[in-house]
This record gives sequence, structure tokens and C-alpha cells, in this order.
Amino acid sequence: MSGFRELRSQSVVLRQTNIDTDQIIPARFLSTTERAGLGRNAFNDWRWQADGTPNPEFPFNQPENAGRAVLLAGRNFGCGSSREHAPWALTDLGLRAIVSSEIADIFRNNSLKNGLLPVVLAEDDVQALMERPDDELVIDVAARELRTPDGRVYPFPLDAFAQTCLLEGVDEMGYLLARQADIEHYEETRHAR
Amino acid sequence: MNSPDTQTMTTPPPRTLFDKLWDAHVVSPESDAAPAVLYIDLHLIHEVTSPQAFTELKSRGLKPRRPDRTKATMDHSTPTLPAGADGRLPYYTAAAETQVQTLARNCAEHGIELFDMGSDQRGIVHVIAPELGFTQPGMTIVCGDSHTSTHGAFGALAFGIGTSEVGHVLATQCLLQRKPKSMAITVEGELAPGVGAKDVILHIIGVIGVNGGTGHVIEYRGSTIRAMDMEQRMTLCNMSIEAGARAGMVAPDEVTFAWLAQAPRAPKGADFEQSKRDWASLRSDEGARHDVEVRIDAADIRPTLTWGTHPGTAIAIDAPIPAANDAAARKALDYMAFEAGHALAGTPVDVVFVGSCTNGRLSDMREVASVLRGRSIDPRVRMLVVPGSEQVKRQAEAEGIDAIVRAAGAEWREPGCSMCIAMNGDLVAPGQLAVSTSNRNFEGRQGPGSRTLLASPLTAAWAAVNGRVSDPRELFAARKEVA
Ligand code: SF4
Repeated sequence: MSGFRELRSQSVVLRQTNIDTDQIIPARFLSTTERAGLGRNAFNDWRWQADGTPNPEFPFNQPENAGRAVLLAGRNFGCGSSREHAPWALTDLGLRAIVSSEIADIFRNNSLKNGLLPVVLAEDDVQALMERPDDELVIDVAARELRTPDGRVYPFPLDAFAQTCLLEGVDEMGYLLARQADIEHYEETRHAR
Repeated sequence: MNSPDTQTMTTPPPRTLFDKLWDAHVVSPESDAAPAVLYIDLHLIHEVTSPQAFTELKSRGLKPRRPDRTKATMDHSTPTLPAGADGRLPYYTAAAETQVQTLARNCAEHGIELFDMGSDQRGIVHVIAPELGFTQPGMTIVCGDSHTSTHGAFGALAFGIGTSEVGHVLATQCLLQRKPKSMAITVEGELAPGVGAKDVILHIIGVIGVNGGTGHVIEYRGSTIRAMDMEQRMTLCNMSIEAGARAGMVAPDEVTFAWLAQAPRAPKGADFEQSKRDWASLRSDEGARHDVEVRIDAADIRPTLTWGTHPGTAIAIDAPIPAANDAAARKALDYMAFEAGHALAGTPVDVVFVGSCTNGRLSDMREVASVLRGRSIDPRVRMLVVPGSEQVKRQAEAEGIDAIVRAAGAEWREPGCSMCIAMNGDLVAPGQLAVSTSNRNFEGRQGPGSRTLLASPLTAAWAAVNGRVSDPRELFAARKEVA
């Protein structure tokens, strides 16, 4: 994974709370053995009408939202299943950050492994940002803060390890593989107990 | 030094069950800079969330570190209808069949034990691992599947992971984890007839909310939980994730040991006796503190269903659907085509689904049979009864449950996830209302446009008979009169 230092983008707004992983990528699109190409089915049942044409009401179908990499979402985004297809679909759609007042555990974990940054802010702050989706937001990973053009600064929590991984492109698998000796020691001493 | 003073100082602080499980699996402790490296005892895999992990391993030239600690089954994409006249299984799509074949190939290549199509021990991953005795107290258990929380019923630390993490566990048998917080949910008292474990967990999620457990591991305790059998405890722990919790668990006891004593792959003989002694220490110490404590009175729990589009919308069967006080609730009411103020009882039903890792076990099949015996389902209702595993199916058939189900006008299917996730072609049609014993009522979960009420097997079966949502306590009132 390449590094992730700073993101500048306008945002797309989905006010809905409790957007679950079945909404992000319905289960019928999980019969794949690949991880690429899931973007078309991101938010599938909201995005496409029964006849396959785009639902003009849905924000991701509106031309002014094209290319926006930040999603401002209602509380408890990503609840439901552990399918990593959810962040795969969102990054394939072009998203790099999700801003919400609460982001479900497994989804947050999965996102960080795919260069999709979960940004948790206070509910009032998320609401305020939702009023101004055309502002270019700056999400600064090193400073762990989100900034607006009018100078407001919103710090957000980010695990130190996750931050290092993002900034330096460290990969967790590599990190674990480097702990081979510890793992062997654990297996041996535990067996001898 | 051994002065009384230093001894007092070194008396270990009381620990919760979760603390004990966590501590026993730390390969290297967490620090501000890095999460803990946590050892995984049992890794379960299925066809949907594993293929990309094997691809990742291959691209790095790696092999699974402990294939012996990895067990595989196929459940999500598999058909629940038997092979046709040509001997071929009726896969819903070519992609589904490819996914199943990919798992078989990956397992063969790496020497991973697979409960393949045709195995008489195959089934839903969270049904077969406990059934076979792979799931044991004191273990860390993971699977690329959020309902891995089910295995916590045995006093294991069990949780769902993503596909990247499936790759981590395959390659290193370890995960990078920060320790979650702990929550104790104490349920005291006796459950009323017609009220079961499913009602208990739906009630709990209704109380603490769909995100009430976020960041926590839940320990369920209290007299109500102690009185539950293993299958009920599994139903309970299964849905911990629906409250956002990382895991759910119940301290092991004689009920747990009795289950394991008859499980084919659990320790045997002297090993079993030794294990039992080890397992007996797996309980929260006196005075151990949980970060959050919740108390529930069993007497408050009535048959419970969901009215909306997430499991937190659980209400008692005779309670009014709450007024919508935000946009999300309005959207949910709109999607479900329900009106606030009405009770769910009496709502006409199109489909009834009994099955899933929540309620697809033998006791669930028996409950359904107890309702259907000598009755017919409403002719307007389509009812699917899907055993959670080949073993459940076989035992149920030995008891004649399949015949009761068929005679009532319902379909008796082959084991798998089926309509719980609707990946295999078992679908609820757009707009149809289903009463389901599964665990998720998200929009479109059971098929595009499907509307789902989550309920217990008793409530589901009784709804099928009446063609509308009906209170299963009626069954018990009637039985008393007859007696
Ligand atoms: S039965 Fe449903 S919840 Fe359980 S593993 Fe299968 S799809 Fe997931």
C-alpha cells in the first residue's frame, strides 16, 4: 500500500444513519473471487433503479459529485457484516475517507487496510460539514485533523499504528511476518505449559 | 523476596473472563505505538471471504502457517436444493460455483481440512464448528464472518475479521489487535413460556441499541443465561455483533462440558478430563470490573420482533411500532410499509424462513416441528425450513421432523445460509414480508426489496400457520387448556 499523507476533496453526503454493509455492497455481489471492480455495485440498490438506469436522486449519480473522495455519512456507518468487499467497493468508487460520528469496528479495521480513512467527529460537527459539501476539505493524516476552507480545524482520533501504516505505507502482513520469532516462541512455550 | 508486603503487592488484580482469554493469547503486548500480536487457536474459513486472502498469500509466495488450525466449509453460495437428474448441484450463478470450487482447490493445495459438498459434516460454519467440537473454551477463534461471535457461547474469544486479516491469520496464525473494552450483560429470572433465547437477544439489542456494544466484548451472565442450553447460548452470542459488539461470551460450565463430551473432535479421555479442569477456571473473578454493566430482567421479555431495517428496531410483539422521530426511522417505516402506533401482531406474512447460524440447530427444528405437528401453514405463505448442517438435517430427519414440515406445506431444504443472506438464489421477492429466524433485517438482505421481521423459531412457525404475525404465547395458553 502506498502512503496516505493528505487528502483534499469536496464531499458527498449520505445523511442516513446505520448504513450497513448490505447497503454498501449487497450480498449478491459477493460471489466473486476478485477484489477489483466492485465499485459499480457500491450502494447498488440505492444507486440503480430496477431497470438498471441510475437513480437521479442518489448523490453518487449527480454530476457535481463526480470525483469527490470524501463521504459524509450518518451515525454508525458500516455496521453489519465483516465483508471487506465493503471498503473495496467504496475505494473502487473513488472514496478515500469516510467522515461520520460513529463507524462500526470491523468496517473501520477493514477500511484502514485498504487506504480508506475512517474519520470520526462529533455528531454536530458532521452535521455542520454536511451543510457545506462543496467546501474543499483537507484531511491531514500526520496532524490527525480535518480542516475547512474557513479555517475551522477538527481533530480526529487515529490509532498511532494505523497512522504510521498510512503515512509510511507499512503493511500489516509484513509487520506480522517480521514477528515470526515471537510467534514461534509463543507456540513452543505454550505447548510446554 | 517473599515478605508479606510484596506478596500483597503482587496479588494479581481480579480479571474478567475476557481478560483471561486475552492475556493467554498475547504474543507481544500492545503499546501506544503498536497493537498487540494476538495468537489465534482456530481459524474457520468459507468460500466468500477467503479467495482474495489465498490470492494475497500466493502473490507473496507464502503458505498457511498452521493448516492444522484451519478448518473450512462451504455455506453461503451453496444451493439448498439437491442435485438434479444430471447429478449437478443447481448453483445460482456460475460465479457461485467458481467460488465454491476455488475454496476446494485452495484447501487441497494447502492441506486444509474441508467439509466439502457431499460431506455428511458440512454446514454453516458457525453451526458445524461447535457441533464437531472444534470450538472449545479458552480458545481464540476467528473467521471472515461477523457471526463468529457465536462461538463465544463456549467461553471462547471469537470474532469476525476481514479478508486482509484472513490472510494475516493464514500466513502467521496471528492478528494485530487492540484490546476492546468489556461489557457485562446480566439477565436474571425465568423466561415465560413461548419466550426464548432469540427474544432475549432481540430484547437486549432493542435496549442497548444497534451500536450499544461498539468497541466492547460482551459477557452474558445471570441466572437466565445459566439456565440456557448450549444452542440457546449460541443464539444469544451469535447476535452480539448486531449490537455492534466485537464478541459475546458465556463462561463455560457443566452444560458446556456435557456438550463437548459428545462432540467428535473435542478432546477425549484423559485429555478431556485435563481440559475440563483448565476450562473450569475460565470465569470472571470475584470483583472483576467490566467497563459497562447492563442488567436485564427476564420477566420484562416478551416475544420480540423487529419492525425496521436494523436489528435495533426490536419491540415486543404486542407493543406499538414507535413514532418516527428522525429521518432514518421515517425511511425505515416507509421501506417496511408500516405505520407507527400499530403492533406487529396481525400483520399478514408472505414468507417464513427458519434457519441460519442463529436458529438453524436441532432445537430450533424441534420447536418448529412442535408448532407444525398436526397443523398446516396458511396456503398464502411460502415457508422454508433449512437445517444449519448436514448433521442437524440427519438428526431432524431421524426424528421425523422433515415429514412434519412437509406435511404442513413447508419446504424442507438442504443445509446452508440460504435466505439469511440470499446469495444462493433463495430469495424473498420485492415487497414481500418475511418473518425470519436469521439475524439481519437490513434493506434487501433477503433479496432486493425484501422486508424482514426477525423473530424466534416459535414466532416464525406460528406466523406461518396463521398467515400473519401471531403471539406464540397463544400456543402455550392453548396447551394448558388441553391439559
Ligand atoms: S447463516 Fe447468515 S449470518 Fe450466518 S454465516 Fe450464513 S449468511 Fe452469515
